[in-house]
Amino acid sequence: MKLLKLVPDNTNIKFLKLRIPFFVLSIVLIVGSWIAVAVNGLAFGVDFAGGQEVRMTFTEAAAAPIPSLREKIAGLGYGEPVVQEFGAPNQVSIRVKLPEGTEENPDAAKKIGERVIATVKAEYADARVDGNDTVSGKVAGEFRDKAILALLAAMAAVSVYIWVRFEWQFGVGAMFALVHDVSITLGLFALTQMEFSLQIVAAILAIIGYSLNDTIVVYDRIRENLKKYRKMPMGELLDLSVNETLARTVMTSLTLFVALIPLLIFGPPSLFGMVAAITVGLFVGTYSSIYMAGPLLIWMGVTTSSFVPSAETPLEKQERLAKGQG
Amino acid sequence: MLDFPLWKKLSLWAVTLAASLLALPSLANVAGLDWPSALPDPQVNLGLDLAGGSHLLLEAKASDVRAQRLENMEESVRQLMRGASPRIRIGDVSTAGGKLSFMLENAADIDRARGLIEPVMQGASTVREWELQVVDGQRIVLSQTDAGVNQAIDDAMDSATEVVRRRIDELGTREPTIIRQGDTRIVVQVPGLQDPEALKDLLGRTAQLEFKLVDLNALPSNIEAGIAPPGSQIVQYAPGNAGAGGAIAVKRLGGIRGDTLTDAKADRDPQNNQAVVSIAFDAQGGAKFAKLTTENVGKPFAIILDGKVLSAPNINEPILGGRAQIAGSFTPETANNLAIALRSGALPVPLAVVEERTVGPDLGADSIRKGLIAMGIGSLAVIALMVATYGRFGIYATVALVFNVLMLLGLMALGGFTLSLPGIAGFVITIGAAVDANVLINERIREERARGRRVVAAVETGYKEASRAIWDANATNVISGIALFAFGSGPVKGFAVVLVIGIITSVFTGVTLTRMFVAGWLRKARPSDINI
Repeated sequence: MKLLKLVPDNTNIKFLKLRIPFFVLSIVLIVGSWIAVAVNGLAFGVDFAGGQEVRMTFTEAAAAPIPSLREKIAGLGYGEPVVQEFGAPNQVSIRVKLPEGTEENPDAAKKIGERVIATVKAEYADARVDGNDTVSGKVAGEFRDKAILALLAAMAAVSVYIWVRFEWQFGVGAMFALVHDVSITLGLFALTQMEFSLQIVAAILAIIGYSLNDTIVVYDRIRENLKKYRKMPMGELLDLSVNETLARTVMTSLTLFVALIPLLIFGPPSLFGMVAAITVGLFVGTYSSIYMAGPLLIWMGVTTSSFVPSAETPLEKQERLAKGQG
Repeated sequence: MLDFPLWKKLSLWAVTLAASLLALPSLANVAGLDWPSALPDPQVNLGLDLAGGSHLLLEAKASDVRAQRLENMEESVRQLMRGASPRIRIGDVSTAGGKLSFMLENAADIDRARGLIEPVMQGASTVREWELQVVDGQRIVLSQTDAGVNQAIDDAMDSATEVVRRRIDELGTREPTIIRQGDTRIVVQVPGLQDPEALKDLLGRTAQLEFKLVDLNALPSNIEAGIAPPGSQIVQYAPGNAGAGGAIAVKRLGGIRGDTLTDAKADRDPQNNQAVVSIAFDAQGGAKFAKLTTENVGKPFAIILDGKVLSAPNINEPILGGRAQIAGSFTPETANNLAIALRSGALPVPLAVVEERTVGPDLGADSIRKGLIAMGIGSLAVIALMVATYGRFGIYATVALVFNVLMLLGLMALGGFTLSLPGIAGFVITIGAAVDANVLINERIREERARGRRVVAAVETGYKEASRAIWDANATNVISGIALFAFGSGPVKGFAVVLVIGIITSVFTGVTLTRMFVAGWLRKARPSDINI
């Protein structure tokens, strides 16, 4: 049987030749994402914004009557509601702010949710209530703080891990690649105004883990080659390492991709945003491990000779000293 | 590296099969098959977002605990001073600023007063709960220490959790989860409950029942203006009751609390057929109640629930049997709810709902069905890709993948973990990413073969060299998984659990199991060339 080879043997693409234009592109994308987040803001769901959120499915309709809903619910007098498609075209989430002081008086929040549901059901008999959430402003604020803390802590922790296992330049490179991946994912949510919820933060944390997989595989090969080919120019060595691991990178990204696509198309609509974030993160992460994590090493002064005086990582050194062979 | 002695093979198979078998009850459940009741039945719990149900996050206010402690302290101090012989006269009592401060009429009593108060400043614990200061030789100021307040909050939350549990059990809802979270919160999850209003109504009620004497000396104009005579307080009538909208003045101290009840049940008043709640005091409470009613025949006393007056009947005769009825414009349902709340004891601190989520039942079933379809298609695509690319080695990876999914499910069932909606995404990611280890290994074997190594050496080097990257990559995944777990509330935690257990099982199946398969084949077939 002839086996499939996605990447032919002896592939030698000069990735690093284009490192400057691609690096500039990455910086533009990162800054652009920040601007998008600053200008558009993220469409926070009830988790982060607080308030009362009702999720409904219009079982008989192809698409939810969003403008009419918006108008009807605005007429209830709880301020401008946020009505968004949620997952499928016939599913919506409707969020209204809770008036001041509802935290002391849960009855008020309950009545708001009931009135929203009654208003929609009076007009559309096929509306099915899928969920009804109340999150107080205080709890939403805590979710925001915790999300930011978790993202920063995860990025810092994995960067430190790489620093310990490799060298400090590798840790910084990985950190930059992660900032790149997280920024672009956030930028995408700012642009599309898809609902940004706890699930999306979970997706970004998963991206941090998986985008690093690629970075680590490439770094691992760079380290190996640095010890093997001491006279090779750094640019060439990076290209060699990326090309040697390219088949694996393509294959791994592809297997995850073919597993995610059915989930995106046939999966539960309420997972759409999360799966979309992970899918985008998968591509961005693969790209960043080639064009962010690699070139940064050159600019931070990793050379073939930097492994010569001590051709071991700090961890290996520790292990050697611990064995008493120092 | 490729050497697998029999004991090693047997133990690897034992672990694999044992963990995989644990998945069968859950799979049978999803498929709608009956699982023989004679066999152990570990099940993966479905999260609320898949099973449907209600989630409530309740929060207590620390300030309420402080105020309550202060009031109790005031009552004890007054009793102690009154009970001293000779009696210690005090005046100018104030609880402003969270401190209890009072003046002794005779400065010579200061040491006696201290001696009486100091024992009650120390609670059951070893923490110093109060700070006593003497100002100008004649005034005593008692302030609460932070340690004391924290201790009190901790105790109050423990018993509040217990009260919440009792109340929910009384409602008869199935398999509720009630967990204390952090310093001042309680999470309540009730699968299958679609309308949490009755539950919220029950939990939102402190059910602090008090009987206090009405202060007949208060001027109606002062009550209206909210000015209470010394030693009294103004209490509003509960809405919906006779006298609603109005208020009366009651004596602050010397009343009876409802925490000495032994029973409460919804009842009917035989005279007017109104719904009432019958209560029964324990011996001590009954004696106090008898004393109060005996000493005050002909005077009105107020029945106060959670700071609102239900009614203020006249005491026609002493009530000696330790039984009483509470009237207050109830419907049979509200009477029953109040009876449950009173039976299960008063919450030591009021709880407010700060987060509430309800998930409809259709959505969860729909999510599981769609998730399974997506998982099936995804798995087939991954398998096709692996077999087409790596041939025999792809088949080994596929077998490992199947065991990986079974073991993941089995370990979740064993550990009693919860599968949430994001957890389904976690399963799919695990399927897509678990083969990464095999990809790394197989690509390395290809490379080593291309460099001209012999088959066995190439396979050995492939596993050895790839292991380092596999280890590092999965370690960072575990780190981000831990961050996820620490960050997450329910559903997100479910995602983290799947990812982290999936990483562990996938390294086991993807590296160790496939190595055993490959080693067995190499030993038997002794191929001089491999198609990879």
